[in-house]
This record gives sequence, C-alpha cells and structure tokens, in this order.
Amino acid sequence: MDTVTIQQAMDAFRPLSVGLFVFALAIFLGYELITKVPPTLHTPLMSGANAISGITIVGALYCAQAEFAFLANLLGAAAITFAMINVVGGFVVTRRMLAMFGGRK
Amino acid sequence: MDLLFPLAYLLAAVLFIQGIRRLSKVRTAKSGNTLSATAMLIAIVVTMAIISGQAAWPFIIAGILIGAGIGLVAAQRVEMTQMPEMVALFNGFGGGASALVSLSLFFSMYLAHEGGTYRFFTEGAPISSASSGVSAILGLVIGAITFSGSLVAFLKLNGTIKGNAFSFPGRNAINAIMLGGPVLLGLVLCFTHLAPATVMILMLVVLGVSLLVGVTATLPIGGADMPVVISLLNSLSGVAASMAGFAVQNPLLIVAGSLVGASGLILTQIMSKAMNRSLGSVLFKDFGGATADRGGYTNIKESSAEEVAMLLEDAQRVVFVPGYGLAVAQAQHTTRELAQLLEARGTEVAYAIHPVAGRMPGHMNVLLAEADVPYEQLVEMDDINPEFKQTDVTIVLGANDVINPAAIHEKDSPIYGMPILNVHESRTVVVVKRSLSPGFAGIPNKLFDYDNTVMVFGDAKKVLTAMVAEFKENA
Repeated sequence: MDTVTIQQAMDAFRPLSVGLFVFALAIFLGYELITKVPPTLHTPLMSGANAISGITIVGALYCAQAEFAFLANLLGAAAITFAMINVVGGFVVTRRMLAMFGGRK
Repeated sequence: MDLLFPLAYLLAAVLFIQGIRRLSKVRTAKSGNTLSATAMLIAIVVTMAIISGQAAWPFIIAGILIGAGIGLVAAQRVEMTQMPEMVALFNGFGGGASALVSLSLFFSMYLAHEGGTYRFFTEGAPISSASSGVSAILGLVIGAITFSGSLVAFLKLNGTIKGNAFSFPGRNAINAIMLGGPVLLGLVLCFTHLAPATVMILMLVVLGVSLLVGVTATLPIGGADMPVVISLLNSLSGVAASMAGFAVQNPLLIVAGSLVGASGLILTQIMSKAMNRSLGSVLFKDFGGATADRGGYTNIKESSAEEVAMLLEDAQRVVFVPGYGLAVAQAQHTTRELAQLLEARGTEVAYAIHPVAGRMPGHMNVLLAEADVPYEQLVEMDDINPEFKQTDVTIVLGANDVINPAAIHEKDSPIYGMPILNVHESRTVVVVKRSLSPGFAGIPNKLFDYDNTVMVFGDAKKVLTAMVAEFKENA
C-alpha cells in the first residue's frame, strides 16, 4: 500500500483550502464593511456592488485562449461581452446617481 | 517578475474593499465608485498581461468593445425612474457571464482534445482539480439562475410582466427538484469520464434547467417584494463570480465576488426586516394577492386638486409620502415644485421615506435626489413617525401598503406587524391614487375609510400639476 505523507495530503488540498479561507474571510469582511448604510445609498451601493460582480470578466478573459477550442473561445467572447455590459453599465449608472446626490452641497 | 501579477491583483482587491467601504457613506461614495472602477481596470489589464502569450485577441477585443458599448449607451440613456429595472438587467448580465465562463471551461477541454485523452483533473487542464470542477458547476447553476431571475425581475419592473404574484401548486417542491437535479448531474459529470459529446449535451441540460429555475422561482414573487428579490439576485451574482474564481483558481475573483455576495445579503436583510417578513417567506410563500378584495369601503370622501390646494394654504406643516405611483407618473419634479411653493409661504415641508417604498432599495431617495430635493428633507420612517401628530396635511403619492393601518390593528391581516408610516395620525391625509384598487399585498387599505382621509383620484403628476397651478393662481 502506498503511503501518503502528510505533506502530500496537504498539497492536494492547498488550492481549495486557500480559496475557501479567502472566500470566508472576504464574506465576513464584506459584511463588516457595510453593516450600517444610510437608506439614501442603498441604490448606489447595490448598483456599485453589482458593477464589481462583473469581476467575472477575469474568468471570461481566461476562457479566450488560443489553445482552447473555437466554441470555448466563442463562449468566452460572449462571457466577456456580458461582463463588460455589467461592468461599464454598472459603474456609469452608479456615477450618474451619485452625481445627483453631490449636486447640492 | 513572478510577484508582479499577484501584487497587482492584491492591489485591485484592496481597492475593491476600499471602494465598497466608501460607498456606504454619503461623503465618500463618489470616490468609492471611482476606486472600484480603477480596481476593475487593473484587474482586466493584469489578466490580459497574464494570458497575453496565448490570448485569442479577436475574441477578447470584440467582446470588450461590444460589451462596453452596450453598457455605456444603456447607462447613459436610462431615466432615473427606470433605474430599478436597469440595475436588475445589468445584474443579470453579470450572472450570465459567470455561467458562460463555467460552460466555456468545460467545453474548452473536451473540444480541444477530442478523443478524450485530456481528462478532468489533469495537470494543465482548464479544470484541473475536483474542487474547480465542482465550483464550475455551481458557477454555472447560480449564474444561470441569476441571469434568468434578473431578466424576469427586469420584465416585472418595467411592466411587461404584471407584478402580481403568479403561482402554481407545488412550486417549491418542483423548484427544489429542478435545483437539486442539475447540481447532482454536474457532480456526476465531474467524477466520471463520459464521451465529450455526452458531457457537452448534459452541460447544456444543466444550463437549461437552471435558467428555468430562475424563472419559476422569481415569477411567483409579487412586485412589492421586488426590493428583496433584487438585493438577493445582486448577492447571487457575486457568489456566481466567486464560484468562477474557484474554478479558475483566481483569488481576486473569489474576493471581489464574495464581497458583493456579502453586501447583497446585508441589503436583503435590511429589506426583509423593513417588511417584517423573513427571506424564506418572501421566496417560498404565496402572499396576499389572490383574493384581490376591492370592496368594503364605506366612507370614501373624494376631493379635488382645488380643495387640496386650499387645504395646503392653511397648513403649517406638510409631509409628502412618495411611493411607486410617484415613480410611474414621473412626478418627482412636480412634487418638488409644489414643495417649493409651500416653503416660500413659510410652510414646513418633509418627505417620509419608507425603506421599501418603490421597487428597489433606496428607490425614492434616488428619484427625489434627481429632482434636487434637499437631502435633509428626506426623513426615515423611525424619525418621522412621531412627527405625524404635529402634521397638518400629509400627501400620499402612489404609496399604499406601507401606510395601511391594518399592519398595526388587524391581527389576521397578511401585513400585520409590518412597520408602516403612521400617516393616519396627521390632521388630514390626502391620498393621490388612480383608483381604489389594492396595492401589491392585494388587501383593502383601511386608511381610505378614515374620517381624516380624502382621496384625489388621478395620475400623481396631473393632480400635482393642477395643485401647483391652483396655488399660483391664489397666491
């Protein structure tokens, strides 16, 4: 029977465990960051956070690599398009809303 | 050089965190948005640099130009009154992008290596470990649900689909099966070696069923619950991005996605609390609507714009209560005009904002800000409720369920316990409304029968315009 060293076992889990740590910590951080938001900012916060969820563009770009098949690239291009609509639309709309709040100070 | 890219990603993550933090304070919100946008730019440029050796540039450039173009035009053209549906739509595209990423990852490896020599979980494969396979499936399912759910929300918000709750028997059981099915199927696909064509077809089935779940889960939710649903979908789009991050093992994607997931969850909680309902009951229980009880009113007193204008002339203190009807009629500017006329006469004016007035969190604040209503005049529910007793005239503009005293007095009412604006305590309540039809809760509003309530039937903007004209004439 092959013996698995502790080191090997740890290595096998490394990418997932690091990812899970980052995931859990970021959720707590996000929760703590904005527990008290004035109602005026509910919409801009939602719309700004929504634009950030377009970060999936990073994954979309990863899909558009020449060594992958044509269909995969095509799906990647569609993902990039979708993500860019989310990113650009989200940030611009948020800026427009915030400009109205700042207009009279 | 090995450190440059991770450090740039880290910088982007820190900027996202700062950006979100600043978005939660009025003073710093603008800079917060700029920081987040900068972080996004860094993330995109760095990712391009990382893959530059083998990037399929035509696909990338086409995608970026088309997407940025559509997003820019849509964001600049949209009216402030249409903001809820626009946010829902953008959100859907974010979720859709995550679903497409997952799909592309699965397709890439099978299509690139026909004959099946390139298996899951091998070194260098797009999906190189069990965890990224599972994440990709979850990203596909959650992303697709976000996409179709947001589209339904969009169609409901712009009125294409009627906002009324639409339900069918056993929908929760059916949705549960439809949700569990794709996840199970996906997991099976991850751990078996099927023919490439079979895997691709099954992935499309997973996609299709997930899209369907998004529709059947969102469709039965009534219009008044939309603020909760939009916040939740916002959260889900973040989670979907996070899952895509696990799939391609990119920490920045995981961080940014989960930040959005958490912030969406907080908003969802705030909204549910403002309606005195649990998230579960919003999502899974049928609410009001079905009976559509229109009758039962015995003491309706109809008034006119002229009479209300006279009433206002003697008022010391006037409170406006904006609701969805104000947004539909686009009456925010006329409201502001009337308020200014009143203030010129020395009348004290305030706006009472219920947390779930309108169709998205903070909807009324955005609308009134567009009409340049001073921020200090927008008063939150808890602060203004004690002040209604000293208010001469309260003008309700297209709000209904959030001012229904049944929430306080009637134990068997579906909205019993929901915090409301106590407008009935003011000396006179003027309800501007198109008809006596019930709000989204589908129940009659006892306020209309109160002795101190008068109704002015009509479109909010037309009624207000008539009041303004009357006021100017008399002045």
